[in-house]
Amino acid sequence: MADAVEKPKESFRLSMLIYDTRYRSMTIQLVVFALFVAIAAWLVDNTVRNLAALGKDFDFGFLSVRAGYDIAQRLVPYTQDSTHLRALIVGLMNTLLIAVMGCALATVVGIAVGVLRLSSNWLVARLMTVYVEMFRNVPILLWILLFYTVFTEASPAPSVFRGDEGRGLLFGLFAVTNRYTAIPAIGVDNGFGSLDLGLFPVNLSLLAVVVVLAISLFVRSRLNRHAAAIQAETGRRPVTWWKSLLIVVLPLVILLWVMGVHLLVPTISGFNFTGGVNVPNSFMALWLALSLYTGAFIAEIVRAGILAVSRGQSEAAFALGLRPGRTMSLVILPQALRVIIPPLISQFLNLTKNSSLAIAVGYLDLRGTLGGITLNQTGRELECVLLMMLIYLAISLVISAVMNVYNSRVRLKER
Amino acid sequence: MTKIAILGTLTAMGLAAGAASAATLDDVKARGELICGVNPGLTGFAAPDASGNWSGFDISLCRAIAGAVFGDGNKVRFVPTTSETRFTALASGEVDVLVRNSTWTFSRDADLGLDFAGVNYYDGQGFMVHQDLGVTSAKELDGATICIQTGTTTELNLADYFAVNGMSYTPVAVQSNAEGEQQYLAGACDAYTTDASGLAATRAAFATPADHIILPEIISKEPLGPATRQGDSQWNDIVRWTLNALVAAEEYGVTSANIEELSASSQNPEVRRLLGTEGTLGEMLGLDADWAANAISVGGNYGEIFAATIGEQTPIGLARGLNAQWTQGGLLYAPPFR
Repeated sequence: MADAVEKPKESFRLSMLIYDTRYRSMTIQLVVFALFVAIAAWLVDNTVRNLAALGKDFDFGFLSVRAGYDIAQRLVPYTQDSTHLRALIVGLMNTLLIAVMGCALATVVGIAVGVLRLSSNWLVARLMTVYVEMFRNVPILLWILLFYTVFTEASPAPSVFRGDEGRGLLFGLFAVTNRYTAIPAIGVDNGFGSLDLGLFPVNLSLLAVVVVLAISLFVRSRLNRHAAAIQAETGRRPVTWWKSLLIVVLPLVILLWVMGVHLLVPTISGFNFTGGVNVPNSFMALWLALSLYTGAFIAEIVRAGILAVSRGQSEAAFALGLRPGRTMSLVILPQALRVIIPPLISQFLNLTKNSSLAIAVGYLDLRGTLGGITLNQTGRELECVLLMMLIYLAISLVISAVMNVYNSRVRLKER
Repeated sequence: MTKIAILGTLTAMGLAAGAASAATLDDVKARGELICGVNPGLTGFAAPDASGNWSGFDISLCRAIAGAVFGDGNKVRFVPTTSETRFTALASGEVDVLVRNSTWTFSRDADLGLDFAGVNYYDGQGFMVHQDLGVTSAKELDGATICIQTGTTTELNLADYFAVNGMSYTPVAVQSNAEGEQQYLAGACDAYTTDASGLAATRAAFATPADHIILPEIISKEPLGPATRQGDSQWNDIVRWTLNALVAAEEYGVTSANIEELSASSQNPEVRRLLGTEGTLGEMLGLDADWAANAISVGGNYGEIFAATIGEQTPIGLARGLNAQWTQGGLLYAPPFR
């Protein structure tokens, strides 16, 4: 009887790798993996051989060599005597600046347009539809070039602001020219100086403002929590608006007064404006084009998110006596966020990657410095392009990770 | 075990494949046409006309090389390259030779995997400004906005020049001469800087050339010449000696008009060797005996090409200057044909 219970012993044969469904998938995967490794090895080897045939090597030593060229826009100190690595960092900072500012403006535009497109006002809804369809269906590069051309062709040269009969500044503060928009800068009389961290100096005055603001906001949130606690206990919410206003504004004003903050108005001297900040047209064109283009896609995502929230939700909110604006911000949008955020991540990634089109208008971002001038001056195409791909990959992964953390926080919690 | 064997075999197959070949002359002959990397548009040097026919100083050298190889100056295809893409296009084999206002520098020769084959135009970097700006010298450009083509030696010279003179400037990066021209005319920059010959060519194409002045300062040496891929000295020799043949032809008075007569009857041994009626110079290059005669008959000798494309009788109006024969006080000097 023991024989019947015992499992028949099956010996492993080589053919079972193909004919036995238990092993087949494993075999296929291994073969595919082997092929993949072989192709990758062939590519690398081919590259190395061809580079050797051309008398070139693979070396990142060029990064520590003097760059020798100038960059007009820089957030970190840079001169022509700096290295190619620093030029890379300057470009990276410019890329990050355009990405952050672009994502911020695109989100604002996208949410506003997405909500307005669902407006019951016929004209507003149609206007938003026209905007969305126009921007979605024309390539981004054309938008960038269009904005750049408009800025360059439609505004006057800085020289018209020169002299006694020269044109006056907008509100006495701004000057829009065909090269840049001169805007006032903020100057401090007795600031706290700056702290050099090696890579770039940290402006301690700015840091002080940020710290004071952060503390004020923290205190205000404590106040609000306290008010909420009282409301929960007694049913009456104490009046807090003047307290919170005081908490936020007063320390900041005192700090700014102590530092002696004032505006530096741009003045024309020689060929160009000095004193303020000259925001180049290439940046403005790129920023507006990227934001409005991506904003159109975000608007569609927002619209989809709002439509995904059941109609009963807003009906219930109206029944409670909430006005439409509060219904949108308190009931609909928080629920819509669950639908909105995952595709929004993709749009942020798109905007960041599209910022490499900056080269079309001469904005020196990462593509312009590392992938443009450095690549050309050193002739290290492979190294530069690989490095550039790695950096863009890293930026994208960071954006994705941060947004996914946010996504998991607003996701529907199932308990 | 078997898996490792399969993997190993595949890897070995991959390793065995792919190795670049070097003989450009064979490739060009097999293809039946020369591919020449040129400027996408610089009047006088390389520019297509309305019907797509290329002409200019650099174009003539490309045609002369095609003449030397095929005996036909029309067996050439022109590939426009930007200052950014030109060396990659050459290194990757997209073009056989680059004749594109490229400056011969140490690092390009030694590090970029290029071999320069002589100089066809001795140039220097200059500045062009609007006349109503009131600037008469480059030393007055402190604080100016300057348009500059990226990836060029001029970009580096500009930075050096302003640093040495203790002046500041704002660079506006442009991709091509056409873009630089447009930005400069739109007033997006106070001055446009590139090789003086390029400035003259650019200005000649303006509606009102007199409104723009080229400042007197020449801030660099820019020997412009044809380049080939490193590691193919035979092909480099062909390009180099085609250029030398054009220069020597001018020196010896060989022109497109008298070349047939001289081939038949010249008593000057140097001319006879140049034109292939004596000696075996063509054979040494792997070409026909009359290679140089073919190259010269396409567009004439160096002087004829210069006069027809960028000389003083053309709208570009460049004087020979440094580009005159050594016998005339210039730098053109072809090594002996023997």
